[in-house]
Amino acid sequence: MARKFDAGYYVSEGFRSIFTHGFMSFAAVCMIVACLIIMGSFTLLAVNLDSMLGDLEDENELAVYVDETYTEEQARAMSPKIKAVPNVASANFVTRQAALDQWRAGRENNELLADLPGEVLRDRFYVHIVDIEQIAQTKADLEALEGVGYVGAAIEVAEGFVLVRNIATGVALALVGMLLIISLFIIANTIKLATFYRREEIAIMKMCGATDGFIQWPFVVEGMLLGLTGAVVAFFAQWGLYQLVSKLVIQSNGLSLVTMASYESMVGTILPVFCGVGAAIGVGGSLLAIRKFLQV
Amino acid sequence: MIRLIDIYKEYDNGTKALKGVNVRIDDGEFVFLVGPSGSGKSTLIKLITAEIAPTEGRLMVNGYNLTNITPRQVPYMRRTLGIIFQDFRLIEKKTVHENLSFSMRAIGASNRELKRRIPYVLQLVGLEQKANRYPGELSGGEQQRVAIARALVNNPSMIIADEPTGNLDPQRSLEIMMLLERINELGTTVLVVTHEKNLVNRFDKRVVAIENGRIISDRTGGYYNGEKI
Ligand SMILES: Nc1ncnc2c1ncn2[C@@H]1O[C@H](COP(=O)(O)OP(=O)(O)O)[C@@H](O)[C@H]1O
Ligand SMILES: [Mg+2]
Repeated sequence: MARKFDAGYYVSEGFRSIFTHGFMSFAAVCMIVACLIIMGSFTLLAVNLDSMLGDLEDENELAVYVDETYTEEQARAMSPKIKAVPNVASANFVTRQAALDQWRAGRENNELLADLPGEVLRDRFYVHIVDIEQIAQTKADLEALEGVGYVGAAIEVAEGFVLVRNIATGVALALVGMLLIISLFIIANTIKLATFYRREEIAIMKMCGATDGFIQWPFVVEGMLLGLTGAVVAFFAQWGLYQLVSKLVIQSNGLSLVTMASYESMVGTILPVFCGVGAAIGVGGSLLAIRKFLQV
Repeated sequence: MIRLIDIYKEYDNGTKALKGVNVRIDDGEFVFLVGPSGSGKSTLIKLITAEIAPTEGRLMVNGYNLTNITPRQVPYMRRTLGIIFQDFRLIEKKTVHENLSFSMRAIGASNRELKRRIPYVLQLVGLEQKANRYPGELSGGEQQRVAIARALVNNPSMIIADEPTGNLDPQRSLEIMMLLERINELGTTVLVVTHEKNLVNRFDKRVVAIENGRIISDRTGGYYNGEKI
């Protein structure tokens, strides 16, 4: 008999249901908004910390100073060994003379430095690394190489950043998990309420031979609409919040370390993720709520 | 067609509602199921509509073997049945017409089918003038006729009515029974549960009598409550 999937019917039933128990729907949307904003805030924090870490990885060179007794040729010959150390992305050789010239640049007027011999400095490699989290290990590996005098690295700064990033990520994951469960629960209760309001109609539909799918679709749509509404509200609220925080950070920015990614540049990711998570919570919650109902 | 073979039903609390029931109802029959309160009539109806499952025995309804029916098949089995209750079970906030269209949509009927079928069944039960009334604006007899129209609207092969006249006065009750008789004459099998002997005795139909979970009599033109059983 006729149509299998009547989208118009499911959507209009879903909408109708939302407005018949407005308060609970409102509460559910608020919960989803809160969940998404907290999730989004921590994710954005982690994203920013991560991109700062990326900058740090780019900027943060290890200076590998070669043993003073090595000739320039011997020092140059160490290049493959240094590049073979794990986590080393690149290594640039700089002669002691070049280093001195560079150091002198800008200090031309200082007579004391005029006839400083190149030998006061060492030949060195400037090494970039892949993963800043392993900077301490890499430093130790480099120092263990024959012919390496010592290695200079800003380990504390790097490790401090990594620690903050890891904590933020951990807290974010825990909070997001908790909030997802709470949101799912609230949605499930909203939909349970909706099925309660309509229990007579459901009983009659079953009596007439409606399939479980037909009965549950309007509730799934309702859950999804609640989830998507929450997602869109959260998206704009998050936007506002982010702009505010960005402004504060820029104003009080003594640390030029801190740069923030622009929200606009992430819209293409944030909006779909919010909608996806919102819809998933909505659909998951409603399926949770009506599974029990359909066992007659 | 309905076949119950050695059906036993024991509820979770230990009540043995049916104790070895055998009944066969062929297509086109009109059958009264009679018996005192608590004798197991509603239990038998709920088994037929697959609301509950038998503890023991085999059960066939309109080509479906309910003993091993899958949950997915149950809705399709129910579409072969039109079910009527004592308390009407209409949706109060929907009009007569909306109540009928709700039932048709529940099984995926199209607007064209609705337009064709609803006026026909309303005219059959004599309510074509009241299509836009709400149940609360109708008398009990009229509400039960809406329920009958709803049971008929999806064109089932069998109507099952559990005490359809329990809430109605004798005159309204008689009208409902005559309506069911007319529906049967149009080709639909009818099974009516009742314990009103005067009503049963006015029709010359097959009467299945149940008492204490057992069929105690099954004969055409039988009377209920002592007289000819
Ligand atoms: N859901 C149930 N749980 C336990 N016992 C029940 C249930 N439904 C009915 N019964 C019992 O089963 C017996 C038959 O009930 P029922 O089929 O409703 O009788 P009738 O419809 O003939 O009045 C009664 O003793 C009743 O108390
Ligand atoms: Mg009963």
